[in-house]
Amino acid sequence: MVKKDLSVEFLGVHFENPFCLSSSPVGNCYEMCAKAYDEGWAGVVFKTIGPASFLIDEVSPRFDALTKEGTPFVGFKNMEQIAEHPLEQNLADLRKLKENYPDKVLIASIMGPTEEDWEELARLVTEAGADMIEMNLSCPQMTTHAMGSDVGTNAELCKSFCAAVKRGSKLPMMAKMTPNITDMVPVAKACLEGGADGIAAINTIKSVCNVDLNRKIGMPIVNGKSAISGYSGKAVKPVALRFVQQLRTGIPGVEISGIGGIETWEDAAEFLLLGSTTLQVTTSIMQYGYRIVEDMKNGLEHYMEEQGVDSLMDLIGIANGNIIPAEELDRDYVVYPEFDTEKCIGCGRCYVSCYDGAHQAISWDEENRKPSCDHNKCVGCHLCALVCPVKAIGKGEIVMKPGRKGSPADKAV
Amino acid sequence: MTKKYTEELERGYSVSTVMEEAQRCLLCYDAPCSKACPAGTDPAKFIRSVRFRNFKGAAETIRINNALGAVCARVCPTERYCESGCSRCGIDKPIDIGGIQRFVTDFEAACGMKVLEKGAANGKRVAVVGSGPAGLQAAATLLQLGYEVEIYEKADRAGGFLRTIPEYRLPETVVDGEIERIVALGAVIHCGVDVDKAKFEELKAGYDAVLVATGVRKPMILDLFQGNPNVVSAVDLLTEIRSKHGEMNVPASALVLGGGDSAMDAATTLKMLGVKDVIEVTRNEFRASDAEKATAHEMGVITIGGYTPAAVDGKTVTFKHSRLNSELKIEAELIVVALGQNIDNELGLPVERNEVVAEGTSVDGKVFVAGDIAKGDKTVVAAVNKGKLAAYEIHNRIGG
Repeated sequence: MVKKDLSVEFLGVHFENPFCLSSSPVGNCYEMCAKAYDEGWAGVVFKTIGPASFLIDEVSPRFDALTKEGTPFVGFKNMEQIAEHPLEQNLADLRKLKENYPDKVLIASIMGPTEEDWEELARLVTEAGADMIEMNLSCPQMTTHAMGSDVGTNAELCKSFCAAVKRGSKLPMMAKMTPNITDMVPVAKACLEGGADGIAAINTIKSVCNVDLNRKIGMPIVNGKSAISGYSGKAVKPVALRFVQQLRTGIPGVEISGIGGIETWEDAAEFLLLGSTTLQVTTSIMQYGYRIVEDMKNGLEHYMEEQGVDSLMDLIGIANGNIIPAEELDRDYVVYPEFDTEKCIGCGRCYVSCYDGAHQAISWDEENRKPSCDHNKCVGCHLCALVCPVKAIGKGEIVMKPGRKGSPADKAV
Repeated sequence: MTKKYTEELERGYSVSTVMEEAQRCLLCYDAPCSKACPAGTDPAKFIRSVRFRNFKGAAETIRINNALGAVCARVCPTERYCESGCSRCGIDKPIDIGGIQRFVTDFEAACGMKVLEKGAANGKRVAVVGSGPAGLQAAATLLQLGYEVEIYEKADRAGGFLRTIPEYRLPETVVDGEIERIVALGAVIHCGVDVDKAKFEELKAGYDAVLVATGVRKPMILDLFQGNPNVVSAVDLLTEIRSKHGEMNVPASALVLGGGDSAMDAATTLKMLGVKDVIEVTRNEFRASDAEKATAHEMGVITIGGYTPAAVDGKTVTFKHSRLNSELKIEAELIVVALGQNIDNELGLPVERNEVVAEGTSVDGKVFVAGDIAKGDKTVVAAVNKGKLAAYEIHNRIGG
């Protein structure tokens, strides 16, 4: 049995492992959060608490999913806003959670339309026993423009709201970012200037997931209409990783809670390597339940064992330096694909893709159903390797482009 | 009875499970499956359509080529044809092409799609004798080419050999649906008409061409079984069971002789209808498809290979092993013989080795042949192909 130290320190708070529920339907009440703690989640970001004055009125139905072939939930669309329970009940749930789970991390997500609301909510959740505050500056489906992602694209407003929260509480605080913005760094910087201690990224991406082709209405259908709302799940992971990377390079040393499409330990490891210290999950829980944390934790421990790492903290951010601007990449050589004809099952997919999607470098032996590559035409794009269903195409000969300096032997392909 | 005779044994795909299966397909270049169908079906194309969620396009691909697409989806020994070349075998197991074809043709039926269209009338008329798969396919092809087609069927229902395949493999609704589609295309089917020599002459005089697709249905009964009241042929038994939808009294035990599709169908059907002991004995190996063999064993049929019947005494058959010095005695209430069929050449056509002698499909330029009486494989899919070939040959010869 593998046993590794998965604990992390984030904004000065100790987490037994990096896994947390994100502020969403999965952390909507005491019972849900308690069950998540019991099943092994280190932290819970309780579903965003708003001011008593803001009434939550949800639609039915409120979710949709993108599918591909036999795969459900490639991506997920959600129209729910913030916690629907009365403020007092939410605060009571927070109190009870802290009381019964003193060693787990309790994070209160809050959101308000005015500085006064932010300050007051920060004070209330601190009194209720939260260990940390997350500011929701990013929900894309609010029924008001005074809250949610409309706020999260306005750096000045974010800064002033962060300052308000800091007036209301001395707890460590992270600001949760919207990806519905070209560059997240200026907003994140403003939040840090306003007093935020770290950044959570990303919230969901504004989307129209599917359109009902017979009724000509976006999904889900609410009395004959639909609305744009947040998209999450595996499909958004690449977008989330991009923002995390940009935050880490744009704001050196910034502490991040990574969010976006995490469902396996491999997804988790990618977020850690790109500089996330804690990880937040919703969509895969909605699909599979809290139990998924078991394999994320155990898988991560095995990964640490394989990597010879004793503390998870040693993995955080170590891949940031390996993502550099496109103009700085080595463009001096070509690595050609190498075909393992023993492994090849003769489907011809590499041939089709090379011809129709690349450089017509692969020729096809009709009789023996085998591909071969013409290096005069091949540009080394490796589309063929990506489409091969049996991974029979690897990296082969490395050749320097004419007139370039350097040796193929020195290239890390 | 745990399984019902009239209920299709194999569960069909749903939209999500067919997508899973289609996703397994490697979408090969120059796909081997599409080169391996005797009827020229293009599985690579219709599976790709399924993969890209164009179920109606998939139905068109199947139907345009095969008027019995829903039948073939269920009864074709795909492991011998399309699935044998499947590249996926290099990873694990072939794509379930028959299953996907069944999903698509079921979808076609559920949507009420009408893929085939009648050709502009060319004023020519063709009589088809026999309404089995070859006759039906020939009629469909001829109708699309603009011919008037009338089909003459001896039995009181169209379908020919299809009506001997058990309902749990080929439901009544599927056979009826295919026939209705061909009737909607314009075929006129005369059932209960026995075409004898006189009627044959009449047809030759009244039509521009006559296609004979009467099948090979006369059971081969070994001399030692002649006249034995406990003996029945598999084809006759299966036809009777199907016509009664399995509602009939069965004996306590049955002995089935033969190892082909009909033998396996008879053994499994009897077991399904409640015969306690069903023993199937064959001379060589069991030639039936893997799926049929698996079903028979699952149902509890006992199969014994290598034995030849040597003597019979009432209900007791004595077998001798073909190589070993071994003897086997089996007593059963019912003895079912499935050792093949002979051509029943009522029309006096030139016959050699159980097949009508023809140039291509043409006997004399006026009379044509298709189906099991014509040269070639004796499967449904081969019959479909022969029906198509005969239709085109008729068109070439008399189309003008």
